[in-house]
Amino acid sequence: MTDPDTTQVDKTLDCSGLLCPLPVYKAALALAAMGPGEVLELVCTDPGSLEDVPAMARQRGDRLISAERRGATQVFLVEKGAA
Amino acid sequence: MMADQARPKRIALVASKGTLDMAYPPLILATTAVSLGWEAGIYFTFYGLDIINRHRFQRLKVASLANPSGPIQLPNLLGAIPGATKAATTMMRKWMRRAAMPSIPEFIDMAQGLGVRFFACSTTMGVMGVGESDLIDGCDIAGAAAFLDFAADSDVQLFV
Repeated sequence: MTDPDTTQVDKTLDCSGLLCPLPVYKAALALAAMGPGEVLELVCTDPGSLEDVPAMARQRGDRLISAERRGATQVFLVEKGAA
Repeated sequence: MMADQARPKRIALVASKGTLDMAYPPLILATTAVSLGWEAGIYFTFYGLDIINRHRFQRLKVASLANPSGPIQLPNLLGAIPGATKAATTMMRKWMRRAAMPSIPEFIDMAQGLGVRFFACSTTMGVMGVGESDLIDGCDIAGAAAFLDFAADSDVQLFV
């Protein structure tokens, strides 16, 4: 299992203040520009993101390394899949 | 469960309403679907055709009449007064801007930019006198059979 604390982040995307579908839309654009195995750190404040980002990773074939709540903020680490 | 690798998932949406509020859900769902790697298509029919009518898509309105959930709460009698629709529309636009939500034209750009297919209902065009040159760019004019052909190979179908 990958340890989120030691995972190397290749790109960070701050979606604070954005509502669905913008975090998923912007994350998909960011992931499209990244290579397989690279890690996107995604910062969200939309409470729906707690369900949306894991669903996005599942549907896209990426791997959700971690989902962490920090107060009103959620921080996700997503490893881009092979596709 | 493993995703079907043979083809991407697909969503087929029908947009049948032409008010500002009801233009959002099909565009949000389609934009999300393509962000997930799915294929997506929206069939714009009846009043929904206004969403891709180049003379109207930037000026969609929120109904102030017979809309008990609208941005301004008015009895129907007052909802009919001049300016009430404009007030409801202005309020909805303000909500959207405050929430950093894209406008309908912006959502259309986002959706088409990621490959969402837009189908314009040919019957609606004939009934309402809308020509091909009245549509925004990038729409396929299609009848029910063509849309059902697209929808038959879809995993999710929604009527809005």
